[in-house]
Amino acid sequence: MKKIKSNDVMLQTMTRLLAFVILAFSVYIFFAGHNNPGGGFIGGLMTASAFLLMYLVFDMKSMKKVIPFNFTSIIAVGLLIAIGTGVSTMLLGYPFLTHFFEYIPTPFLGEVGLTTTLPFDLGVYLVVAGIALTIILTIAEDDK
Amino acid sequence: MNNIVVFPILIPFIVGLVMVIFRNNIQVQRWLSVFGVVAIGFVAVLLMNQIRSEGIQTLQLGGWQAPFGISMVADMFSALLILTSSIVAFACLFFAFNSIGKERESFYFYPMFLFLLTGINGSFLTGDIFHLFVNFEVMLIASYVLISLGGKKVQLRESIKYVLINVISSFLFLVAIAYLYAVTGTLNLAHLSVRVAEVGQDGLLTVVAILFLIVFGLKAALFLFFWLPGSYSAPPTAVAAIFAALLTKVGIYAIFRMFTLVFYHEPQITHLLIGIMGALTMVLGAIGAVAHWDIKKILAYNVIIAVGFIIAGLASFTSAAILGSIYYLIHDIIIKALIFLLGGTVIALAGTSKLNEMSGLIRNHPYLGWIFFIAALSLGGIPPLSGFIGKVYITQGTFEAGYYWLGAIGLITSLMVLYSIMKIFMNGFWGETALSKDMEKGTTKGLMFPIALLTVATIALGVGAEGIHVYIDIATQALLNPSLYIEAVFGGEPMP
Repeated sequence: MKKIKSNDVMLQTMTRLLAFVILAFSVYIFFAGHNNPGGGFIGGLMTASAFLLMYLVFDMKSMKKVIPFNFTSIIAVGLLIAIGTGVSTMLLGYPFLTHFFEYIPTPFLGEVGLTTTLPFDLGVYLVVAGIALTIILTIAEDDK
Repeated sequence: MNNIVVFPILIPFIVGLVMVIFRNNIQVQRWLSVFGVVAIGFVAVLLMNQIRSEGIQTLQLGGWQAPFGISMVADMFSALLILTSSIVAFACLFFAFNSIGKERESFYFYPMFLFLLTGINGSFLTGDIFHLFVNFEVMLIASYVLISLGGKKVQLRESIKYVLINVISSFLFLVAIAYLYAVTGTLNLAHLSVRVAEVGQDGLLTVVAILFLIVFGLKAALFLFFWLPGSYSAPPTAVAAIFAALLTKVGIYAIFRMFTLVFYHEPQITHLLIGIMGALTMVLGAIGAVAHWDIKKILAYNVIIAVGFIIAGLASFTSAAILGSIYYLIHDIIIKALIFLLGGTVIALAGTSKLNEMSGLIRNHPYLGWIFFIAALSLGGIPPLSGFIGKVYITQGTFEAGYYWLGAIGLITSLMVLYSIMKIFMNGFWGETALSKDMEKGTTKGLMFPIALLTVATIALGVGAEGIHVYIDIATQALLNPSLYIEAVFGGEPMP
């Protein structure tokens, strides 16, 4: 990667701000998926795009320090979470991939509709974000 | 409801994922992959016995009733294929341990191998046409990685062709599904069968059937096999063996499933077309196998011939022919893996794949030579070995159905198969010993165990044909009576 010139103050400051907005919106979209358009796939893509913006503006080395994850393992972990929701209900005697939906009273948020589809979607979210970043970063580091 | 039905898909998938996390520990990956493949075989045996005693096993994923959710269906045909493929995968894994090399192993070779099995087992088990498409893609994407892993020039060139042809055929598959969905309004195979039977297979549905035939023909190398000889000679031996043994067989399985379960109403059009394509496949494949003097090419064309021969059984569509096809399909999975592993070993020893540059290997490698001889006889269909019984039944079936030309072509091409494979034996193993022991380019160290395992399997399948006859008979009955499949999927619930 080329060293970013030091006069990118505007870009870097705006990115510090915008990355949070994009990340927050991606998380919102991820949670909205059950009743509104959205879900794990588009949420994961948006998270990846926020990271990508940071990768574009700051250099690779400092980003590695900020996000010390191995994205390939994140793909595997996401898939394991997704398949775990299917396997766990299977172990309870239901067919594979059975999901449950229940309104559960919680202390601060009142009655919240919780579903076991959410961990499944979390898996999708992690897989999509992991794959998108793996593809982009692998191509970016190709010249070394 | 029977959750064991999804285990052949879940086991390789989860094991593969765990291996991705333990990327740098190759020893762990090896043991995990062996464990996964053995577990699949164990589950397949369990399933076979359940199907034998209780009929076709089904699972409605997520508990949704049949046409609305995805149904997983394990009938005897799929269970037999899963068992056979796990045996072959076991042998290819052991071959890979000693031949694939460290740089491939540390770049996700074993996870991809297990994801390939995930897709294959999923294709065998699914009861939903779109889920079949997804499983095809799982299998194909893993195979794209396996064919190009290593990055040699020939691999890269052939993988471009392979990916391109499969992307096009997948696109056609999607278009065919879209047409079928527009006509029938359902994706569940059992429900499709009911709907097609209700409206009768009119001209439009027959066109869709032929589109499916083209799609699966591209996957199974049925007549549209132009991509196969190049692609299957590019990857390393262990990968080429699993490709030759399993990938085209999944296409054959799909053709069998579609044309025995859904599109069986106009056999004088569709099945005759299948027969003609099968005959052309056999003839062209045999010409290729006889013409080439390159071991890899000869073996690849042998894959094509077998596809045509198995499909000839489906074209005849009598109970003897289907019985023979299942026998021959199981035999062919094992023998193709064996002959590719043997061919790869011979190439590794001689350092070349050209037949006229090698000779006299039998002096230093008597076991390898005689095992190759046994495999050649089995491939040709000599009586005590496994290729015989399937050939007899298929030929009987073609004659019963009145397709004498198809049976005759099958028998003539058997001779040409035997000639082409004996050409390798006579040129490679007999004659003056060209290479002394220390001039050889590779060793057979550690490679003989998987080869011996598959040889034992092909002999056992030939000698013990009576023993598995009861299972194959159940599979044949289920293929010939779609109502068994439909009843198992709907389980007595009312059909919408």
